[in-house]
Amino acid sequence: MSKKVAIVSVAQSAGPASKDNFYDQAYRVTRECLDKVGMTRDDLGTVVSASSDIFHGGISCANAYYWETTGAFLKNASRQDGESLFAFMYGAMRIMTGQYDNCLLLALCKGSENPENDTCTLMFGDPFYHRNLGLTETTSAAFQMQAYMEKYGVTKEQCAKVAVKNLGNALRNPYAHRRGKYTVADILNSAPAAAPLTDLQIAPKSEGFVAMLLASEKKAKKLTDKPVWFKGYGSSLDTYFLGDRDLLKTQLRTAAAQAYKMAGIKDPKKEIDVAEVTEPYAFQELLWCEELGFCKPGGAGKMIDKGTTEISGALPVNPSGGVLANNPYVSRGLQRLAEGFLQIRGEAGEHQVDKKVKTALAHGTHGFAGQCHAVAIIGV
Amino acid sequence: MSKEYKTLMTEIRLPYELAYGPVWTRFFEGMAEKKIFGTKCTKCGRILVPARSFCPRCFIDTDEWVEVAQTGTLTAWSYVNYRYYGMPTEPPFISALLRLDGTDVDFLHLIGGFDVSDFEKTRKMVKNGMRLKAVWSDDRKAHIMDLKYFKPA
Ligand SMILES: [Zn+2]
Repeated sequence: MSKKVAIVSVAQSAGPASKDNFYDQAYRVTRECLDKVGMTRDDLGTVVSASSDIFHGGISCANAYYWETTGAFLKNASRQDGESLFAFMYGAMRIMTGQYDNCLLLALCKGSENPENDTCTLMFGDPFYHRNLGLTETTSAAFQMQAYMEKYGVTKEQCAKVAVKNLGNALRNPYAHRRGKYTVADILNSAPAAAPLTDLQIAPKSEGFVAMLLASEKKAKKLTDKPVWFKGYGSSLDTYFLGDRDLLKTQLRTAAAQAYKMAGIKDPKKEIDVAEVTEPYAFQELLWCEELGFCKPGGAGKMIDKGTTEISGALPVNPSGGVLANNPYVSRGLQRLAEGFLQIRGEAGEHQVDKKVKTALAHGTHGFAGQCHAVAIIGV
Repeated sequence: MSKEYKTLMTEIRLPYELAYGPVWTRFFEGMAEKKIFGTKCTKCGRILVPARSFCPRCFIDTDEWVEVAQTGTLTAWSYVNYRYYGMPTEPPFISALLRLDGTDVDFLHLIGGFDVSDFEKTRKMVKNGMRLKAVWSDDRKAHIMDLKYFKPA
């Protein structure tokens, strides 16, 4: 890479309902992110927001809400719709052009104010065919889970262990929305949904304002003595029609391969110290681990049985509790990256992993059954 | 619903009028005639269903219409047992992907025509690979639900 880009500061809001309004929350998180490195609004270079204003915001008035709150007015700024990890790349590229020495990213979602997640995800379906058959993110994930278990013999207990782990990890994360000490039986006996999924294997709808400040190498060194460097990125997406796809061979493979190549990673299982992945459905953490090359296809059930992905394991996955614990829809990918940043800096507090973290992986996804994926690698 | 702090309850209702376009129009008119239409890509030879105006993979027009079989094989399914906005029928119901005979992609629809009130009993009966057959509604409106569901064949 010709120009280095660093993450120098992050701030996030907590997942449960807040009595603050959307506008004030956006401002507060931005303010906190800038304050951490002593930045003023005048110093701000460019801004990229990530949101889904109509369905996951209900506001449809981004221009009213975004530009004062992010300090962007009288400056360059634009909005990205959908998964926020995609916005990370846009921000990094703006710095790579040399035109800006810093970029603020802000992912915005106030899930507590929204209809149920699947009322929104139903609207992701085309209005003629899929939507009239009631396809949602949850039913499409249920197809994927059923196909996954049947193909590889991964058990429902192994899938439930992801929820046990992540909701347990969330006990140590003050920003988490849902947390608790659960057993595999608790997870499997939770309320029915789209089988084989049960309620506790499905992410809640959460609030999440996530601000992240990116800087050029020169600027980063002025702002912090602990910059975290952008090492690699990849993204890829599949066709929309669910029936045209192989639900078990996702574009996460392509996205990961691009990111690993850019970061010079040959053996992700050894070289990635911690991973934060977007798993709105418990089994998806297993499938995504396989697609990321952490184990062979079908091997993630055994990997979770061995405890490899526990917070104290050889390759911790979602020490923050992941998306099962906190699901601020489009903000979730950037939140994963913010968690990776905290782990590398040793600032993750009670959910800091036991081992030294030099390289972290963040993953974001949106669309039915993982239609679109992004992977970012950051490190010291 | 109400919170202990002051909130604004609001709802947005906006009317839209969406063009079906010629391909969706013919596909849904087919539903009214108890026919399932696909289109064939002359380059890769795949039959896509529901019909498409172009093959996304080859990125060329698909102008050959095919009436596809009304029988097929189950490839993925879910027993949906909760209520949500936009559900196509009262739960519990089975949402499924099936491969219609002679086609090259999976078709999304529902499975029915038998008692699905008990999950465990249903699970013993519904298996990937099972054979299915279309069941049509008597009251058809050129809509995807003119096809009521697929039943075990
Ligand atoms: Zn083709």
